[in-house]
Formats: sequence, C-alpha cells, structure tokens
Amino acid sequence: MLPKQEVVAMLLAGGQGSRLGVLTKNQAKPAVPFGGKYRIIDFPLSNCVNSGIEAVGVLTQYQPLELNEYIGSGQPWDLDSMHAGVHVLPPYQKNKRSDWYKGTANAIFQNMRFIERYNPDYVVVLSGDHIYKMDYSKMISYHKEKEADCTIAVYEVPMAEASRFGILNTNEDGTIYEFDEKPKVPKSNLASMGIYVFSWQKLKKYLTEDDKMPKSQHDFGKNVLPAMLNDGEKMFAYRFSGYWKDVGTIDSLWESNMDWLDKNVTSDLIQDANKIYSRSEVLPPHYISASASVQNSIIAEGCNVYGKVDFSVVSSGVYIAAGAVVADSIIMPGAVIEENARVQYAIIGENAVVGKNAVVGKRPEDMEDKDNWGVAVVGPNYRLAPETVVAPKAMLDADEEEE
Amino acid sequence: MHGTNVIGILFAYVHEERIRSLTENRVMASVPFGGRYRLVDFALSNMVNSGINQVGVVTEENYQSLMDHLGSGKAWDLSRKTKGLSLLPPFGAKISRTEGKVESLSTIKRFLHAATEEYVLLSDCDIVANIDYRELYDFHTKNDADITVVYRHGNSPDTDKNTVFTIDPSNVVREIYLKRGCHFDCNYGMGMYLIAKEKLIELVDDCMSRNLYDFDRDIIQRGVKDMKICAYEFTGAAYPITSFEAYFNASMALMDPKVRSQLFVPSRPVYTKVRDDMPTRYGLGSVIQNSFVADGCVVEGEVENCVLFRGVKVKKGARLKNCVIMQDTIVGENSRLDFVVADKNVEFTDNATIMGHTTYPVYIVKGSKV
Repeated sequence: MLPKQEVVAMLLAGGQGSRLGVLTKNQAKPAVPFGGKYRIIDFPLSNCVNSGIEAVGVLTQYQPLELNEYIGSGQPWDLDSMHAGVHVLPPYQKNKRSDWYKGTANAIFQNMRFIERYNPDYVVVLSGDHIYKMDYSKMISYHKEKEADCTIAVYEVPMAEASRFGILNTNEDGTIYEFDEKPKVPKSNLASMGIYVFSWQKLKKYLTEDDKMPKSQHDFGKNVLPAMLNDGEKMFAYRFSGYWKDVGTIDSLWESNMDWLDKNVTSDLIQDANKIYSRSEVLPPHYISASASVQNSIIAEGCNVYGKVDFSVVSSGVYIAAGAVVADSIIMPGAVIEENARVQYAIIGENAVVGKNAVVGKRPEDMEDKDNWGVAVVGPNYRLAPETVVAPKAMLDADEEEE
Repeated sequence: MHGTNVIGILFAYVHEERIRSLTENRVMASVPFGGRYRLVDFALSNMVNSGINQVGVVTEENYQSLMDHLGSGKAWDLSRKTKGLSLLPPFGAKISRTEGKVESLSTIKRFLHAATEEYVLLSDCDIVANIDYRELYDFHTKNDADITVVYRHGNSPDTDKNTVFTIDPSNVVREIYLKRGCHFDCNYGMGMYLIAKEKLIELVDDCMSRNLYDFDRDIIQRGVKDMKICAYEFTGAAYPITSFEAYFNASMALMDPKVRSQLFVPSRPVYTKVRDDMPTRYGLGSVIQNSFVADGCVVEGEVENCVLFRGVKVKKGARLKNCVIMQDTIVGENSRLDFVVADKNVEFTDNATIMGHTTYPVYIVKGSKV
C-alpha cells in the first residue's frame, strides 16, 4: 500500500483533438507546442504541482508516443517523487476483457485501481486542452467547506458567447440545478471549465453504476454528472477568474498564443513564484542579428533571427533568415523560415521549412472576401517549396506533400 | 563506450585570481557566462558528452554557489546510482589545498582509488570551448603516452602565466616553459591532462614526499625527460578566461555565428541548471540588434551588442550597448549603459548613465543599486 494521498489528479489526455487538424495528426492534443517553449499539458501538470498535488495519472489513448516521451519520469514538473508522482495510464488488457477508453468517465473507471492505491479522499479530473494557471487547492478547500460531492470550476464568459459552451445554471448558494450543453438561449454565463473535484467514494459509486449502463456513452458531461444531479447529490460551481482559454481549434490556439504577447496576460500567468514547468531542450540563448528587427514578440532559446518578427511567438530552435518577415504568427519548435519568405497570420508546425520567397497566409485587411480568411497552417515537418503561395485558411499536411 | 574508462577531475578554483571582480563571492567554476551558463558547464558538459560518467569537482572555498548550481548533477545526467557527480570540498581542517594542484590531488586519493576507471582527465574550469575528449583518448592510447596535454597553437592569451610547449613532429613534448608571456605564435597549454590513474597517484605521492606542489612544474616539467608526454592540439573555438577583458571579449565573440556553431554543437550540447523561465518577451517599440539573449527577459528598450542573462528586464527608453547583463538585473527607464558588465541582481535606477570603454568595461558588483 502506498502512503495515502488526500488528492489524486486524473488528467484526460487521450482525445484526438481533431479540430486541430494536421497539428494533432501524429500526436495527442496535450503534446501540441504552446507559447514558445511549452506544450499544452505543461499547464495542468504545473498547476497540479503548484497546488500541492503529488499523485497524477495521465490517461492516454490517441497517438501517445510524443506525450509519453515528453512526460517521461515527470522530473521537469517535480513529479518524480518516490511514493507518488506522474503516471501515464494507457488502456490495458484485463483478465476477462480489454477495452479502449470508451469515454472520459470510462477512462477513469478503468483506472480505479490506480486511484485506490493512494486511498484518496478527493479526485480532481482535468483536461489537457486549456491554457490557464489555477490553484486547485483553493477549489478543493471550497469543495470541503461546502461538503460537496462534486464541484465544477466555472468561468464567466460573455453572454453573447455562452451558447458555445457547456453552461451551468446555479442557485444563489452556488449549487448547480441544471446543465445546459451549448444552449440556444443561455440562462447564465457560467461555462464549465472541464475541471471537476469529486469526493472519491461518491465518484467511485457513480463510475461503477455508469459502467453497468449499456446505453451510456460513459462521458462525464453527458452521463455521470447528470446522473449525480438527478440523484440530488451536492454539486457546486466554483468560480474562477484569471486567464483561461480553450485551445481546441486552430483559431483559438492562434488567439491564445497571441494573448501570450499581452503583458497583462503573461503577468497574470507569472504573478507568483509558481512557474509553469516544461521539459525543455538543451539549447543556447537566442541570437538576434544586426539585420533583424523584433517587436512585440516572444522568442525562445536556441533561435537565430536575421529577419523581421512582429506580433509573433517564435519557439525554441527556430531559424528566421535575412529578409524573411514573420508577422502575427506562431512558429513552432525547430521550424526554418528561409530568405525573403513572408509568414503572416499563420501557424508553422514543428520542424517545418518555409522555402525562399514563399508566402504563407494573408492579412485579413488584404482580403477581398473576408469569409475566406483564416489562419494558414503548415503542418509539422512540411517542406514548403520556394516561391510557393499558401492561401489563408489552408492546411498543409507533410504526408500529402507533393514531390 | 571507451569513455567510461576515464574519470574526470575538475579544479573549480584554479586561476580565479585572474578575474578577481567576478570571483569575489564565487569560484571560477561558477562564474556566469554566455547568457545562461556557468564556466563549469562547459568543462562538465565536455566530459559528459565524451562518455565520462564519473566526475569529481575539487573545490577550495566559496563553493556554495557552485553546490547550488550543480545540485545532484541531474542536469548533466550525472545523478546516477553508480558513478555520477561528486563534489570534493576540503576534507577536515587538517588538510589545506593552498599549496597547489598536487596537494589537492593527494587529498582526493581515496576518491581516485575507489574509481574503477584506468585513466584520469584533469581539467580547469577557465576555458569556454566544446571539446570531444574521445579523440584525445584515442590519441593518448595510440601514442602510448604517459601524459597527454591539450594545447592550442596561436597567439597566447593575454597573460604572462602560460605553460608553453615545444613539440617535435611526432607530437612528443620536448620543452616546457612556465609562466611564459609569449606574444608570438606558440603552443600554450589549456590546463587539460589525460593520464593513467595509477601513474598519477604515483607521481603525486612522489611530489608530496619531496614537498613539491606545482602540477605543471613538478610533474610535467620535471618529468619531460623521463616520461612520454604527448601534446594534443585543439583547433576549435576556445576562449581562456584569463582576465576581465578576456571575459568581456569572449562574451562579445558569441555574436559571431562561426563561434556559436563551434561552441553550441547540437550533438554535444552544453548542459546547465534548468530555471523554467518563460521565453523572452520583446515589447512594442523595442529595438534589439546583434545580441545573445537567454529566456525570461523582458526587453522594452534598445539593446545592441549585448549578452542578456536569464530574467533581465530592460525598461522603456533604456539604451544598452556592448554590455553583459547577468541574471535578474533590472535596467530602469531611460538609463544608458555602454561597455558595462553588470553582475546578478543589479538594479539600475531610471535615468542612470554608466559608460565604460572598449578596453575597459565597467564592472558592477552583484546586487548593487546604481
């Protein structure tokens, strides 16, 4: 028996994240690079450590190679401790049956033995697709104080956008009386953040019951939480304020990276001593040449910049040649932008090459038909030939590269 | 890998008197360099990248910052069940290391005996270079040398204290001159020696019994006739930190892409302690040119020909030229700095102006407020 952990965190990292297209074709969404030197999973993992949670299970299923390798022993997040730490939990073969994870709830259900080993009082369920910094221990204190069975973190979104989210309708005391998935006419603007605190015994009961229901999709939002609400369990909404952004689509990934350039956002994310940790490559500082011009941008280590960079996030080990212009774009780790290439409103994937004089993306103000505008994406490892023009909203996949 | 047959010994303190300002509160090995490194990172990474997985670091005093930097050796992959990194501070009050390297080596005899490796690679921490010691090892064994010294050919660094070798065509050392200031082409030592462990212990014991403590004089120079001392030339980029000026010039050399490509070789990375800073953010209106910048900086002013270490803040309107600004130093609004080397945690208040000269950069002490 391992020493008791009051809280165990379970991080759902198995989804495909298909809305990110080519960026998640060969790797899981939580492994997608973010903010120059991070990957999306760094945020929930660092939050766990900074909240004092020592036992973390990461549930993987879709394209787990990069993610497994990235998490490794958990050392960069200080999660390699002797009796707890981070554990990657893929689906596995069992005595009588073997299953893929059929849904978010089923993924946790299949790993109840992992949780039980720590004999926890509370289980925190997290997802790997948001950028935010949150002290989960405050949410757990709230959960204890309310003697809740389940507490769901909520974020106030603009009422006009509320119909895009899973909305929670609450009473004045914070108890939840209704879940409203993407309501046409929202009653409140409290969006679920996909962060749940459960009292473990309650969760265990509901997961076991849910497993026996043949028609269930074994999903927290669709099945488990409504079942708890129906039974009249004590469910509370916990309001979170601070920076929080979903990065599930190309547009939101791009926007969130651009937010990173905003002083107020970054200072919100680094306001205290708790850092966002990451496994970083061993690279020298970056070099900005005499011919370069850099403004309002983030540049990570290992870069060599000879061109112009404006309003962009330039990740580790990127090379931007002389005469190249990068504006309003995200350049992911190891990419190369060759001489006189123009990259604007674009995402350039890991280790991709943009050839000389190529043009990727367009400014919205230069579009005749704004409806055709969108962020252009050059997939990881794509080698874009010199002089090529890539239209806005295009998405280039290295596997379909023309010879 | 044959590198595992070699144990590394690093002398953390050697030559620190040459840059007194930077070593007042730290050993030579922990002098910050190149935006995110300490000098020891180069020496230690060279060993690790050559397959050496047991390294002893010999310290004398002031080694707290070094201990903090090295920790368990994890960042160099030297935190291992067997072998790994050992810090070798003076053991007990009875042992002094004031006399020289030979005495230091005699105090770590037990460490050397316990190692299973056959060879010892000795190195100081005062040179910025990326060296593959596997070639040195092959050279040493192929020549059947007793000792192999690593040297460079060229104009010697600006010091009168070089060890200079005369070498015959078969790479055997014929003459050794100590404390030589040679301002013409010569073969000067880099303070790196490869030697069989048993031979080293034998030589150290012999010297100790005769009250001889100077490694270069009493082992290398005295043994040149009786032993086969070979010389291995290193031709890559190398910057011996022999003076404050040399430190400054070595920092400025990092702006040269050829130098960077020789120091920062992707297959032989320079490891250092991880600090988990955010990437550097350049503000609106910032001007940055010909500079080498680590993570965690916020630049809102103008920066030209500078090395910025992790966590440096350059506020709006500040103008920095030809500066080396160390970790977490803050440069206030509208200040002007030229030829300044600012140590860690310095605070330049708004409108401060400090000008050094190309031959005489100004040094600002750690933690001061200007």
